[in-house]
Amino acid sequence: MVLLAVFALGVWAQASGIVPAILKYREDIVYLARQHMMLVAISGGIAIAIGVPLGIVIARSRLPLLGAAIGQVINLGTTIPTLAILALAMTVLGLGTPSALFGLVVLTLLPVMLNTVAGLKSVPAPLIEAARGMGMTGAQILLKVELPNAMFVILAGIRTALAINVGTVPLAFLIGGGGLGELIFTGIDLMEPGLLLAGAVPTALLAVLVDIIVGQLQFWLVPRGVNPLR
Amino acid sequence: MIRLDHVSKIFAGITAVDGVDMEVGAGEVCVLLGPSGCGKTTTMKMINRLIQPTSGKIFVDGRDTATVDEVTLRRSIGYVIQQIGLFPNKTVEDNICVVPDLLGHDRRQSRKRAAQLLEMVNLDPGIFLKRYPKELSGGQQQRVGVVRALAADPPVLLMDEPFGAIDPINREVIQDEFMKLQAELKKTVVFVSHDIDEAVKMASRVAIFRAGRLIQYDTPDNILAHPVDSFVADFVGSDRTLKRLRLLKVAEAMVGDPPLVRADDTLETAARLMAERGHVSIVMVGPRGRARGFVRLDAAHGRPGTVGEHHEKLPCMVNLRDDLRTAVSLMFMHDLTWLPCVDDDGFYRGYVTQRGITHLLGATYRDR
Ligand SMILES: Nc1ncnc2c1ncn2[C@@H]1O[C@H](COP(=O)(O)OP(=O)(O)O)[C@@H](O)[C@H]1O
Ligand SMILES: [Mg+2]
Repeated sequence: MVLLAVFALGVWAQASGIVPAILKYREDIVYLARQHMMLVAISGGIAIAIGVPLGIVIARSRLPLLGAAIGQVINLGTTIPTLAILALAMTVLGLGTPSALFGLVVLTLLPVMLNTVAGLKSVPAPLIEAARGMGMTGAQILLKVELPNAMFVILAGIRTALAINVGTVPLAFLIGGGGLGELIFTGIDLMEPGLLLAGAVPTALLAVLVDIIVGQLQFWLVPRGVNPLR
Repeated sequence: MIRLDHVSKIFAGITAVDGVDMEVGAGEVCVLLGPSGCGKTTTMKMINRLIQPTSGKIFVDGRDTATVDEVTLRRSIGYVIQQIGLFPNKTVEDNICVVPDLLGHDRRQSRKRAAQLLEMVNLDPGIFLKRYPKELSGGQQQRVGVVRALAADPPVLLMDEPFGAIDPINREVIQDEFMKLQAELKKTVVFVSHDIDEAVKMASRVAIFRAGRLIQYDTPDNILAHPVDSFVADFVGSDRTLKRLRLLKVAEAMVGDPPLVRADDTLETAARLMAERGHVSIVMVGPRGRARGFVRLDAAHGRPGTVGEHHEKLPCMVNLRDDLRTAVSLMFMHDLTWLPCVDDDGFYRGYVTQRGITHLLGATYRDR
Protein backbone atom coordinates (compact mmCIF):
# COMPACT_ATOMS: atom_id res chain seq x y z
CA MET A 1 0.00 0.00 0.00
CA VAL A 2 2.59 2.49 1.14
CA LEU A 3 4.90 1.48 -1.68
CA LEU A 4 2.11 1.83 -4.17
CA ALA A 5 1.25 5.30 -2.89
CA VAL A 6 4.87 6.36 -3.01
CA PHE A 7 5.12 4.97 -6.51
CA ALA A 8 2.01 6.83 -7.65
CA LEU A 9 3.33 9.97 -6.02
CA GLY A 10 6.60 9.47 -7.88
CA VAL A 11 4.87 9.11 -11.22
CA TRP A 12 2.86 12.23 -10.61
CA ALA A 13 5.87 14.16 -9.37
CA GLN A 14 7.99 13.12 -12.33
CA ALA A 15 5.25 14.17 -14.73
CA SER A 16 4.83 17.58 -13.18
CA GLY A 17 8.51 18.27 -13.14
CA ILE A 18 8.65 18.67 -9.38
CA VAL A 19 11.36 16.09 -8.81
CA PRO A 20 13.97 18.19 -10.54
CA ALA A 21 12.76 21.14 -8.49
CA ILE A 22 13.24 19.17 -5.27
CA LEU A 23 16.55 17.68 -6.34
CA LYS A 24 17.89 21.18 -6.83
CA TYR A 25 18.11 21.35 -3.02
CA ARG A 26 19.80 17.99 -2.66
CA GLU A 27 22.68 19.25 -0.55
CA ASP A 28 20.40 21.15 1.80
CA ILE A 29 18.13 18.14 2.12
CA VAL A 30 20.98 15.83 3.11
CA TYR A 31 22.38 18.27 5.64
CA LEU A 32 19.05 19.21 7.18
CA ALA A 33 17.70 15.65 7.14
CA ARG A 34 20.73 14.59 9.15
CA GLN A 35 20.05 17.39 11.63
CA HIS A 36 16.39 16.39 11.68
CA MET A 37 17.26 12.79 12.48
CA MET A 38 19.63 13.87 15.23
CA LEU A 39 16.81 15.85 16.81
CA VAL A 40 14.47 12.85 16.61
CA ALA A 41 17.08 10.43 17.95
CA ILE A 42 18.21 12.61 20.84
CA SER A 43 14.79 13.83 21.97
CA GLY A 44 13.23 10.40 21.43
CA GLY A 45 16.06 8.70 23.30
CA ILE A 46 15.79 11.05 26.23
CA ALA A 47 12.00 10.74 26.31
CA ILE A 48 12.20 6.93 26.39
CA ALA A 49 14.99 6.98 28.96
CA ILE A 50 12.88 9.14 31.25
CA GLY A 51 9.37 8.03 30.28
CA VAL A 52 9.71 4.28 30.77
CA PRO A 53 11.31 4.40 34.24
CA LEU A 54 8.91 7.13 35.30
CA GLY A 55 6.00 5.03 34.09
CA ILE A 56 7.34 2.05 36.04
CA VAL A 57 7.62 4.13 39.19
CA ILE A 58 4.09 5.45 38.81
CA ALA A 59 2.56 2.07 37.98
CA ARG A 60 4.23 0.32 40.90
CA SER A 61 3.86 3.17 43.31
CA ARG A 62 2.22 2.16 46.54
CA LEU A 63 1.09 5.76 46.98
CA PRO A 64 -2.06 6.20 44.93
CA LEU A 65 -1.81 9.97 45.44
CA LEU A 66 1.55 10.20 43.69
CA GLY A 67 0.26 8.29 40.70
CA ALA A 68 -2.87 10.43 40.51
CA ALA A 69 -0.90 13.65 40.83
CA ILE A 70 1.54 12.77 38.09
CA GLY A 71 -1.37 11.63 35.96
CA GLN A 72 -2.97 15.06 36.33
CA VAL A 73 0.24 16.81 35.31
CA ILE A 74 0.46 14.55 32.27
CA ASN A 75 -3.09 15.31 31.27
CA LEU A 76 -2.44 19.00 31.62
CA GLY A 77 0.65 18.60 29.46
CA THR A 78 -1.25 16.87 26.67
CA THR A 79 -3.80 19.70 26.47
CA ILE A 80 -1.17 22.39 25.89
CA PRO A 81 -0.66 22.89 22.13
CA THR A 82 2.66 21.83 20.71
CA LEU A 83 3.58 25.29 19.54
CA ALA A 84 2.85 26.69 23.00
CA ILE A 85 5.23 24.19 24.55
CA LEU A 86 7.95 25.13 22.10
CA ALA A 87 7.33 28.82 22.75
CA LEU A 88 7.47 28.28 26.49
CA ALA A 89 10.69 26.32 26.14
CA MET A 90 12.15 29.13 24.10
CA THR A 91 11.30 31.80 26.65
CA VAL A 92 13.14 29.80 29.30
CA LEU A 93 16.06 28.33 27.35
CA GLY A 94 16.34 30.89 24.56
CA LEU A 95 16.61 30.28 20.83
CA GLY A 96 18.46 27.20 19.61
CA THR A 97 18.75 23.44 19.73
CA PRO A 98 18.43 22.97 23.54
CA SER A 99 15.00 24.52 23.72
CA ALA A 100 13.90 22.60 20.62
CA LEU A 101 15.09 19.38 22.23
CA PHE A 102 13.38 20.25 25.49
CA GLY A 103 10.06 20.88 23.79
CA LEU A 104 10.32 17.67 21.80
CA VAL A 105 11.20 15.63 24.87
CA VAL A 106 8.18 16.95 26.77
CA LEU A 107 5.90 16.09 23.86
CA THR A 108 7.33 12.62 23.34
CA LEU A 109 7.51 11.79 27.01
CA LEU A 110 3.77 11.77 27.55
CA PRO A 111 2.68 8.85 25.33
CA VAL A 112 5.74 6.83 26.37
CA MET A 113 4.95 7.25 30.03
CA LEU A 114 1.20 6.80 29.65
CA ASN A 115 1.61 3.54 27.77
CA THR A 116 4.20 2.26 30.22
CA VAL A 117 1.75 2.83 33.05
CA ALA A 118 -1.15 1.36 31.09
CA GLY A 119 0.92 -1.65 30.01
CA LEU A 120 2.09 -2.44 33.52
CA LYS A 121 -1.38 -1.95 35.01
CA SER A 122 -2.84 -4.35 32.47
CA VAL A 123 -0.66 -7.22 33.66
CA PRO A 124 -3.19 -9.55 35.35
CA ALA A 125 -2.91 -9.60 39.15
CA PRO A 126 -2.80 -13.44 39.35
CA LEU A 127 0.46 -13.40 37.37
CA ILE A 128 2.05 -11.21 39.97
CA GLU A 129 0.58 -13.22 42.81
CA ALA A 130 1.89 -16.45 41.29
CA ALA A 131 5.31 -14.84 40.81
CA ARG A 132 5.41 -13.68 44.40
CA GLY A 133 4.16 -17.02 45.67
CA MET A 134 6.92 -18.81 43.80
CA GLY A 135 9.57 -16.67 45.43
CA MET A 136 10.48 -13.99 42.90
CA THR A 137 11.91 -10.79 44.30
CA GLY A 138 10.36 -7.44 43.39
CA ALA A 139 13.02 -6.81 40.75
CA GLN A 140 12.56 -10.27 39.27
CA ILE A 141 8.81 -9.76 39.06
CA LEU A 142 9.40 -6.50 37.19
CA LEU A 143 11.97 -7.89 34.77
CA LYS A 144 10.63 -11.39 34.18
CA VAL A 145 6.89 -10.88 34.48
CA GLU A 146 5.68 -7.30 34.33
CA LEU A 147 7.90 -5.81 31.63
CA PRO A 148 7.71 -8.73 29.16
CA ASN A 149 3.93 -8.77 29.46
CA ALA A 150 3.66 -4.98 29.15
CA MET A 151 6.26 -4.70 26.39
CA PHE A 152 3.80 -4.70 23.52
CA VAL A 153 1.83 -1.78 24.93
CA ILE A 154 5.00 0.10 25.92
CA LEU A 155 6.39 -0.25 22.40
CA ALA A 156 3.06 0.87 20.98
CA GLY A 157 3.47 4.04 23.08
CA ILE A 158 6.99 4.54 21.79
CA ARG A 159 5.73 4.10 18.24
CA THR A 160 3.07 6.77 18.70
CA ALA A 161 5.52 9.03 20.50
CA LEU A 162 8.13 8.85 17.75
CA ALA A 163 5.51 9.43 15.06
CA ILE A 164 4.47 12.61 16.88
CA ASN A 165 8.12 13.50 17.36
CA VAL A 166 9.11 13.19 13.69
CA GLY A 167 6.08 15.18 12.66
CA THR A 168 6.76 17.94 15.16
CA VAL A 169 10.46 18.38 14.54
CA PRO A 170 9.81 20.78 11.58
CA LEU A 171 8.35 23.21 14.11
CA ALA A 172 11.70 23.21 15.89
CA PHE A 173 12.98 25.43 13.10
CA LEU A 174 10.73 28.19 14.42
CA ILE A 175 12.77 28.39 17.61
CA GLY A 176 16.07 27.93 15.91
CA GLY A 177 16.37 24.19 16.24
CA GLY A 178 17.17 23.44 12.60
CA GLY A 179 15.96 20.38 10.70
CA LEU A 180 13.87 19.96 7.59
CA GLY A 181 11.46 22.60 8.86
CA GLU A 182 13.88 25.15 7.49
CA LEU A 183 13.03 24.11 3.93
CA ILE A 184 9.31 23.83 4.61
CA PHE A 185 8.87 27.20 6.27
CA THR A 186 11.19 29.00 3.85
CA GLY A 187 9.24 27.38 1.02
CA ILE A 188 6.00 28.72 2.48
CA ASP A 189 7.46 32.19 2.94
CA LEU A 190 8.82 32.31 -0.58
CA MET A 191 5.74 30.61 -2.05
CA GLU A 192 8.04 28.10 -3.69
CA PRO A 193 6.48 24.59 -3.85
CA GLY A 194 9.76 22.91 -4.82
CA LEU A 195 11.48 24.14 -1.68
CA LEU A 196 8.47 23.31 0.47
CA LEU A 197 8.30 19.77 -0.88
CA ALA A 198 12.05 19.36 -0.50
CA GLY A 199 11.33 19.62 3.21
CA ALA A 200 7.93 17.94 3.38
CA VAL A 201 8.61 14.79 1.35
CA PRO A 202 11.73 13.70 3.29
CA THR A 203 9.90 14.46 6.54
CA ALA A 204 7.05 12.18 5.49
CA LEU A 205 9.45 9.47 4.35
CA LEU A 206 11.31 9.72 7.64
CA ALA A 207 8.06 9.29 9.59
CA VAL A 208 7.21 6.18 7.60
CA LEU A 209 10.73 4.81 8.11
CA VAL A 210 10.65 5.32 11.88
CA ASP A 211 7.22 3.69 12.09
CA ILE A 212 8.46 0.68 10.16
CA ILE A 213 11.53 0.33 12.38
CA VAL A 214 9.58 0.48 15.65
CA GLY A 215 6.96 -1.83 14.17
CA GLN A 216 9.70 -4.37 13.45
CA LEU A 217 11.04 -3.97 16.98
CA GLN A 218 7.56 -4.61 18.32
CA PHE A 219 7.27 -7.71 16.18
CA TRP A 220 10.59 -9.25 17.14
CA LEU A 221 11.20 -7.96 20.67
CA VAL A 222 7.86 -8.96 22.22
CA PRO A 223 7.75 -12.67 23.19
CA ARG A 224 5.52 -14.76 20.94
CA GLY A 225 3.17 -15.78 23.77
CA VAL A 226 2.06 -12.17 24.34
CA ASN A 227 2.50 -10.76 20.86
CA PRO A 228 -0.76 -10.28 18.98
CA LEU A 229 1.21 -9.75 15.77
CA ARG A 230 2.76 -13.20 15.84
CA MET B 1 5.55 -30.87 58.87
CA ILE B 2 3.41 -27.73 59.11
CA ARG B 3 2.25 -26.42 62.45
CA LEU B 4 0.08 -23.40 63.11
CA ASP B 5 0.36 -22.17 66.67
CA HIS B 6 -2.52 -19.91 67.65
CA VAL B 7 -2.36 -17.96 64.40
CA SER B 8 -4.56 -14.91 63.86
CA LYS B 9 -4.86 -12.32 61.13
CA ILE B 10 -6.66 -9.02 61.50
CA PHE B 11 -7.18 -6.85 58.41
CA ALA B 12 -7.96 -3.28 59.43
CA GLY B 13 -10.33 -4.37 62.18
CA ILE B 14 -11.71 -7.44 60.38
CA THR B 15 -10.61 -10.67 62.01
CA ALA B 16 -10.04 -12.96 59.01
CA VAL B 17 -8.35 -15.79 60.94
CA ASP B 18 -8.94 -16.26 64.63
CA GLY B 19 -6.54 -18.24 66.81
CA VAL B 20 -6.07 -21.26 64.59
CA ASP B 21 -4.10 -24.20 65.94
CA MET B 22 -3.44 -27.10 63.61
CA GLU B 23 -0.80 -29.51 62.49
CA VAL B 24 -0.36 -31.19 59.11
CA GLY B 25 1.77 -34.32 59.11
CA ALA B 26 4.32 -35.08 56.40
CA GLY B 27 2.72 -36.59 53.29
CA GLU B 28 -0.80 -35.62 54.35
CA VAL B 29 -3.31 -33.74 52.24
CA CYS B 30 -5.03 -31.23 54.50
CA VAL B 31 -8.11 -29.66 52.93
CA LEU B 32 -9.20 -26.30 54.34
CA LEU B 33 -12.95 -26.29 53.84
CA GLY B 34 -15.66 -23.77 54.50
CA PRO B 35 -17.95 -21.15 52.98
CA SER B 36 -16.57 -18.17 51.10
CA GLY B 37 -14.87 -15.55 53.27
CA CYS B 38 -14.23 -17.85 56.23
CA GLY B 39 -10.47 -17.34 56.12
CA LYS B 40 -9.20 -20.37 54.19
CA THR B 41 -7.07 -18.43 51.70
CA THR B 42 -5.72 -16.14 54.40
CA THR B 43 -4.71 -19.14 56.51
CA MET B 44 -2.98 -20.75 53.54
CA LYS B 45 -1.15 -17.61 52.47
CA MET B 46 0.25 -17.10 55.94
CA ILE B 47 2.15 -20.37 55.54
CA ASN B 48 4.35 -18.97 52.74
CA ARG B 49 4.15 -15.47 54.22
CA LEU B 50 2.28 -13.90 51.32
CA ILE B 51 0.30 -12.61 54.30
CA GLN B 52 2.02 -11.86 57.59
CA PRO B 53 0.18 -13.23 60.64
CA THR B 54 -0.95 -10.60 63.12
CA SER B 55 -0.11 -13.01 65.93
CA GLY B 56 0.91 -16.60 66.42
CA LYS B 57 3.66 -18.70 64.92
CA ILE B 58 3.88 -20.99 61.93
CA PHE B 59 6.43 -23.77 61.70
CA VAL B 60 7.38 -25.56 58.49
CA ASP B 61 9.59 -28.60 58.98
CA GLY B 62 10.26 -27.49 62.54
CA ARG B 63 11.46 -23.99 61.63
CA ASP B 64 9.61 -20.84 62.61
CA THR B 65 8.78 -19.27 59.23
CA ALA B 66 9.18 -15.77 60.66
CA THR B 67 12.91 -16.45 61.00
CA VAL B 68 13.35 -17.61 57.38
CA ASP B 69 13.87 -15.15 54.52
CA GLU B 70 10.49 -14.94 52.80
CA VAL B 71 11.84 -15.37 49.25
CA THR B 72 13.83 -18.45 50.30
CA LEU B 73 10.77 -19.79 52.12
CA ARG B 74 8.50 -19.39 49.09
CA ARG B 75 10.94 -21.07 46.74
CA SER B 76 10.81 -24.11 49.00
CA ILE B 77 7.00 -24.28 48.92
CA GLY B 78 5.00 -25.10 45.79
CA TYR B 79 2.15 -22.71 45.08
CA VAL B 80 -0.93 -23.21 42.87
CA ILE B 81 -3.79 -20.74 42.51
CA GLN B 82 -7.22 -21.00 40.94
CA GLN B 83 -6.41 -18.41 38.26
CA ILE B 84 -3.37 -20.56 37.43
CA GLY B 85 -1.13 -17.58 36.70
CA LEU B 86 1.03 -19.15 34.00
CA PHE B 87 3.32 -16.52 32.49
CA PRO B 88 2.00 -15.90 28.97
CA ASN B 89 5.40 -14.65 27.79
CA LYS B 90 7.08 -17.96 28.60
CA THR B 91 6.71 -21.39 27.02
CA VAL B 92 5.22 -24.22 29.04
CA GLU B 93 8.74 -25.53 29.58
CA ASP B 94 10.07 -22.22 30.91
CA ASN B 95 6.96 -21.78 33.04
CA ILE B 96 7.52 -25.14 34.67
CA CYS B 97 11.17 -24.31 35.29
CA VAL B 98 10.61 -20.90 36.89
CA VAL B 99 11.55 -21.96 40.41
CA PRO B 100 14.43 -24.26 39.40
CA ASP B 101 15.80 -21.33 37.33
CA LEU B 102 15.40 -18.95 40.26
CA LEU B 103 17.30 -21.41 42.41
CA GLY B 104 20.02 -21.68 39.77
CA HIS B 105 19.52 -25.39 39.17
CA ASP B 106 21.11 -27.04 36.15
CA ARG B 107 18.99 -26.08 33.14
CA ARG B 108 19.29 -29.36 31.29
CA GLN B 109 18.30 -31.34 34.34
CA SER B 110 15.29 -29.17 35.16
CA ARG B 111 14.06 -29.33 31.55
CA LYS B 112 14.31 -33.09 31.67
CA ARG B 113 12.32 -33.12 34.88
CA ALA B 114 9.73 -30.81 33.31
CA ALA B 115 9.17 -33.33 30.53
CA GLN B 116 8.78 -36.18 33.05
CA LEU B 117 6.29 -34.23 35.13
CA LEU B 118 4.23 -33.30 32.08
CA GLU B 119 4.02 -36.94 31.18
CA MET B 120 2.75 -37.73 34.66
CA VAL B 121 -0.28 -35.50 34.06
CA ASN B 122 -0.89 -37.06 30.65
CA LEU B 123 0.42 -34.18 28.55
CA ASP B 124 2.78 -35.21 25.76
CA PRO B 125 6.05 -33.28 26.32
CA GLY B 126 6.81 -33.46 22.60
CA ILE B 127 3.68 -31.44 21.90
CA PHE B 128 3.38 -29.17 24.91
CA LEU B 129 6.86 -28.17 26.13
CA LYS B 130 7.36 -25.52 23.47
CA ARG B 131 3.80 -24.21 23.46
CA TYR B 132 2.68 -20.94 25.00
CA PRO B 133 -0.05 -20.90 27.67
CA LYS B 134 -2.56 -19.30 25.30
CA GLU B 135 -2.28 -22.38 23.10
CA LEU B 136 -3.58 -24.63 25.93
CA SER B 137 -7.11 -25.38 27.18
CA GLY B 138 -8.05 -24.42 30.74
CA GLY B 139 -7.61 -27.96 32.02
CA GLN B 140 -4.24 -28.29 30.32
CA GLN B 141 -3.13 -24.96 31.77
CA GLN B 142 -4.03 -26.03 35.29
CA ARG B 143 -2.13 -29.31 34.84
CA VAL B 144 0.90 -27.22 33.91
CA GLY B 145 0.18 -25.01 36.92
CA VAL B 146 0.34 -28.04 39.22
CA VAL B 147 3.45 -29.38 37.51
CA ARG B 148 5.12 -25.98 37.84
CA ALA B 149 4.61 -26.07 41.59
CA LEU B 150 6.31 -29.47 41.73
CA ALA B 151 9.26 -28.70 39.47
CA ALA B 152 11.77 -27.86 42.18
CA ASP B 153 10.56 -30.83 44.24
CA PRO B 154 9.40 -28.82 47.28
CA PRO B 155 8.28 -30.90 50.28
CA VAL B 156 5.23 -28.68 50.81
CA LEU B 157 2.51 -27.67 48.36
CA LEU B 158 -0.09 -24.93 48.85
CA MET B 159 -3.10 -25.04 46.54
CA ASP B 160 -5.91 -22.47 46.57
CA GLU B 161 -9.04 -23.93 44.92
CA PRO B 162 -6.83 -25.18 42.10
CA PHE B 163 -9.58 -27.03 40.26
CA GLY B 164 -12.40 -24.61 41.06
CA ALA B 165 -12.55 -23.03 37.61
CA ILE B 166 -12.47 -26.29 35.65
CA ASP B 167 -15.63 -27.91 34.29
CA PRO B 168 -16.98 -30.80 36.42
CA ILE B 169 -15.95 -33.61 34.06
CA ASN B 170 -12.39 -32.40 33.64
CA ARG B 171 -12.23 -31.62 37.35
CA GLU B 172 -12.78 -35.27 38.27
CA VAL B 173 -10.08 -36.33 35.83
CA ILE B 174 -7.54 -33.80 37.03
CA GLN B 175 -8.32 -34.62 40.68
CA ASP B 176 -7.64 -38.27 39.96
CA GLU B 177 -4.41 -37.38 38.18
CA PHE B 178 -3.35 -35.27 41.12
CA MET B 179 -4.08 -38.05 43.58
CA LYS B 180 -1.97 -40.43 41.51
CA LEU B 181 0.83 -37.88 41.44
CA GLN B 182 0.48 -37.37 45.18
CA ALA B 183 0.56 -41.12 45.86
CA GLU B 184 3.92 -41.17 44.10
CA LEU B 185 5.46 -37.92 45.35
CA LYS B 186 3.96 -37.83 48.88
CA LYS B 187 4.05 -34.06 49.35
CA THR B 188 2.60 -32.33 52.36
CA VAL B 189 -0.34 -30.50 50.84
CA VAL B 190 -2.53 -27.70 52.13
CA PHE B 191 -5.49 -27.52 49.78
CA VAL B 192 -8.21 -24.88 49.93
CA SER B 193 -11.66 -25.91 48.74
CA HIS B 194 -15.29 -25.04 49.25
CA ASP B 195 -16.49 -28.32 47.79
CA ILE B 196 -17.21 -31.06 50.32
CA ASP B 197 -17.04 -33.77 47.64
CA GLU B 198 -13.59 -32.63 46.58
CA ALA B 199 -12.50 -32.56 50.22
CA VAL B 200 -13.80 -36.06 50.89
CA LYS B 201 -12.05 -37.31 47.78
CA MET B 202 -8.64 -35.73 48.32
CA ALA B 203 -8.13 -35.19 52.02
CA SER B 204 -6.32 -37.19 54.64
CA ARG B 205 -7.66 -34.56 57.03
CA VAL B 206 -10.29 -31.88 56.63
CA ALA B 207 -10.19 -28.57 58.49
CA ILE B 208 -13.59 -26.90 58.61
CA PHE B 209 -13.56 -23.14 59.06
CA ARG B 210 -16.29 -20.75 60.01
CA ALA B 211 -15.77 -17.01 60.33
CA GLY B 212 -12.02 -17.38 60.79
CA ARG B 213 -12.23 -20.14 63.38
CA LEU B 214 -11.21 -23.75 62.96
CA ILE B 215 -14.38 -25.62 63.95
CA GLN B 216 -13.42 -29.23 63.30
CA TYR B 217 -10.19 -30.88 62.20
CA ASP B 218 -10.59 -34.55 61.49
CA THR B 219 -10.48 -37.35 58.93
CA PRO B 220 -13.09 -37.10 56.16
CA ASP B 221 -14.94 -40.13 57.52
CA ASN B 222 -15.16 -38.67 61.00
CA ILE B 223 -16.27 -35.30 59.65
CA LEU B 224 -19.07 -37.06 57.77
CA ALA B 225 -19.97 -39.49 60.53
CA HIS B 226 -19.59 -37.20 63.52
CA PRO B 227 -19.91 -33.50 62.66
CA VAL B 228 -19.21 -31.53 65.85
CA ASP B 229 -22.10 -29.14 65.47
CA SER B 230 -25.05 -28.25 63.29
CA PHE B 231 -22.93 -25.86 61.20
CA VAL B 232 -20.59 -28.65 60.13
CA ALA B 233 -23.51 -31.05 59.68
CA ASP B 234 -25.29 -28.55 57.42
CA PHE B 235 -22.13 -27.80 55.53
CA VAL B 236 -21.32 -31.42 54.73
CA GLY B 237 -24.94 -31.98 53.70
CA SER B 238 -27.88 -34.13 54.75
CA ASP B 239 -26.60 -36.91 52.49
CA ARG B 240 -23.36 -37.09 54.41
CA THR B 241 -23.79 -40.78 55.21
CA LEU B 242 -24.06 -41.54 51.50
CA LYS B 243 -20.89 -39.51 50.93
CA ARG B 244 -19.12 -41.87 53.29
CA LEU B 245 -19.71 -44.67 50.78
CA ARG B 246 -17.00 -43.07 48.69
CA LEU B 247 -14.48 -43.40 51.47
CA LEU B 248 -15.07 -47.09 52.12
CA LYS B 249 -13.72 -49.83 49.91
CA VAL B 250 -15.63 -52.94 48.86
CA ALA B 251 -12.99 -55.01 50.64
CA GLU B 252 -14.03 -53.49 53.98
CA ALA B 253 -17.64 -54.62 53.69
CA MET B 254 -16.92 -57.90 51.95
CA VAL B 255 -17.60 -61.33 53.47
CA GLY B 256 -14.58 -63.38 52.50
CA ASP B 257 -14.10 -67.13 52.05
CA PRO B 258 -17.47 -67.49 50.29
CA PRO B 259 -19.19 -70.76 49.46
CA LEU B 260 -18.76 -71.66 45.80
CA VAL B 261 -19.42 -74.40 43.31
CA ARG B 262 -17.78 -75.60 40.11
CA ALA B 263 -19.31 -76.61 36.81
CA ASP B 264 -19.15 -80.34 37.51
CA ASP B 265 -20.70 -80.09 41.01
CA THR B 266 -24.25 -81.39 41.25
CA LEU B 267 -27.20 -79.13 41.91
CA GLU B 268 -27.72 -81.08 45.09
CA THR B 269 -24.33 -79.95 46.41
CA ALA B 270 -25.17 -76.38 45.44
CA ALA B 271 -28.53 -76.53 47.23
CA ARG B 272 -26.88 -77.95 50.34
CA LEU B 273 -24.23 -75.24 50.46
CA MET B 274 -26.89 -72.53 50.10
CA ALA B 275 -29.06 -74.08 52.79
CA GLU B 276 -26.08 -74.20 55.19
CA ARG B 277 -25.62 -70.47 54.89
CA GLY B 278 -29.20 -69.49 54.31
CA HIS B 279 -28.32 -68.04 50.89
CA VAL B 280 -30.63 -67.93 47.90
CA SER B 281 -27.90 -68.13 45.27
CA ILE B 282 -24.33 -69.32 44.90
CA VAL B 283 -21.48 -68.38 42.60
CA MET B 284 -19.98 -70.84 40.16
CA VAL B 285 -16.24 -70.47 39.51
CA GLY B 286 -14.06 -71.70 36.66
CA PRO B 287 -11.25 -74.22 37.05
CA ARG B 288 -8.84 -71.64 38.51
CA GLY B 289 -11.34 -69.76 40.62
CA ARG B 290 -12.62 -67.01 38.34
CA ALA B 291 -16.26 -66.07 38.84
CA ARG B 292 -18.22 -67.54 35.92
CA GLY B 293 -21.92 -67.53 36.85
CA PHE B 294 -24.37 -68.36 39.57
CA VAL B 295 -27.18 -70.75 40.46
CA ARG B 296 -30.42 -69.83 42.22
CA LEU B 297 -31.71 -71.88 45.14
CA ASP B 298 -35.12 -72.42 43.53
CA ALA B 299 -33.42 -73.63 40.34
CA ALA B 300 -31.26 -76.12 42.25
CA HIS B 301 -33.51 -77.40 44.99
CA GLY B 302 -34.49 -81.02 44.43
CA ARG B 303 -33.43 -81.05 40.78
CA PRO B 304 -31.05 -83.44 39.10
CA GLY B 305 -28.07 -82.36 36.98
CA THR B 306 -24.88 -80.34 37.35
CA VAL B 307 -24.23 -76.71 38.08
CA GLY B 308 -22.57 -76.30 34.68
CA GLU B 309 -25.84 -77.14 32.92
CA HIS B 310 -28.06 -74.89 34.99
CA HIS B 311 -26.05 -71.78 35.83
CA GLU B 312 -26.97 -68.24 34.82
CA LYS B 313 -24.73 -65.41 33.79
CA LEU B 314 -23.69 -63.01 36.57
CA PRO B 315 -25.44 -59.67 35.95
CA CYS B 316 -22.49 -57.79 37.39
CA MET B 317 -19.45 -57.97 39.65
CA VAL B 318 -17.52 -55.45 41.66
CA ASN B 319 -13.78 -55.06 42.17
CA LEU B 320 -12.36 -55.33 45.70
CA ARG B 321 -10.73 -51.94 45.31
CA ASP B 322 -13.84 -50.10 44.13
CA ASP B 323 -15.58 -47.88 46.65
CA LEU B 324 -18.90 -48.82 48.19
CA ARG B 325 -20.62 -46.08 46.23
CA THR B 326 -19.95 -48.04 43.07
CA ALA B 327 -21.14 -51.26 44.73
CA VAL B 328 -24.40 -49.74 46.00
CA SER B 329 -25.02 -48.08 42.69
CA LEU B 330 -24.61 -51.42 40.89
CA MET B 331 -26.98 -53.12 43.35
CA PHE B 332 -29.68 -50.53 42.74
CA MET B 333 -29.15 -50.62 39.00
CA HIS B 334 -29.56 -54.40 38.78
CA ASP B 335 -32.03 -54.73 41.66
CA LEU B 336 -29.73 -57.03 43.67
CA THR B 337 -29.23 -57.47 47.38
CA TRP B 338 -25.72 -58.86 47.02
CA LEU B 339 -22.76 -58.59 44.67
CA PRO B 340 -19.88 -60.97 44.01
CA CYS B 341 -16.46 -59.35 44.55
CA VAL B 342 -13.48 -60.15 42.36
CA ASP B 343 -9.87 -59.06 42.40
CA ASP B 344 -7.96 -57.50 39.52
CA ASP B 345 -7.51 -60.89 37.85
CA GLY B 346 -11.18 -61.78 38.08
CA PHE B 347 -10.81 -64.35 40.87
CA TYR B 348 -13.86 -64.70 43.09
CA ARG B 349 -12.99 -63.42 46.56
CA GLY B 350 -16.23 -62.85 48.44
CA TYR B 351 -19.48 -60.95 48.36
CA VAL B 352 -21.04 -57.77 49.71
CA THR B 353 -24.66 -57.46 50.77
CA GLN B 354 -26.87 -54.44 51.30
CA ARG B 355 -27.26 -55.45 54.94
CA GLY B 356 -23.50 -55.74 55.36
CA ILE B 357 -22.99 -52.23 53.99
CA THR B 358 -25.72 -50.77 56.16
CA HIS B 359 -24.16 -52.50 59.14
CA LEU B 360 -20.70 -51.13 58.34
CA LEU B 361 -21.98 -47.57 57.98
CA GLY B 362 -23.95 -47.88 61.18
CA ALA B 363 -21.05 -49.31 63.20
CA THR B 364 -19.39 -45.97 63.70
CA TYR B 365 -22.60 -44.47 65.08
CA ARG B 366 -23.17 -47.36 67.48
CA ASP B 367 -19.62 -47.16 68.84
CA ARG B 368 -20.21 -43.75 70.37
N1 LIG C 1 -6.17 -8.05 51.87
C1 LIG C 1 -7.30 -8.00 52.61
N2 LIG C 1 -7.71 -6.84 53.18
C2 LIG C 1 -8.82 -6.81 53.94
N3 LIG C 1 -9.61 -7.85 54.17
C3 LIG C 1 -9.28 -9.04 53.63
C4 LIG C 1 -8.10 -9.17 52.82
N4 LIG C 1 -8.02 -10.45 52.42
C5 LIG C 1 -9.09 -11.08 52.94
N5 LIG C 1 -9.85 -10.23 53.68
C6 LIG C 1 -11.07 -10.59 54.43
O1 LIG C 1 -10.77 -11.68 55.25
C7 LIG C 1 -11.83 -12.61 55.26
C8 LIG C 1 -11.31 -13.97 54.85
O2 LIG C 1 -10.91 -13.94 53.50
P1 LIG C 1 -10.33 -15.20 52.73
O3 LIG C 1 -9.25 -15.81 53.56
O4 LIG C 1 -9.96 -14.78 51.38
O5 LIG C 1 -11.59 -16.16 52.68
P2 LIG C 1 -11.82 -17.52 51.87
O6 LIG C 1 -10.57 -17.86 51.15
O7 LIG C 1 -12.19 -18.52 52.91
O8 LIG C 1 -12.97 -17.27 50.95
C9 LIG C 1 -12.89 -12.06 54.35
O9 LIG C 1 -13.86 -11.42 55.15
C10 LIG C 1 -12.17 -11.07 53.51
O10 LIG C 1 -13.02 -10.02 53.14
MG1 LIG D 1 -10.31 -18.00 49.00
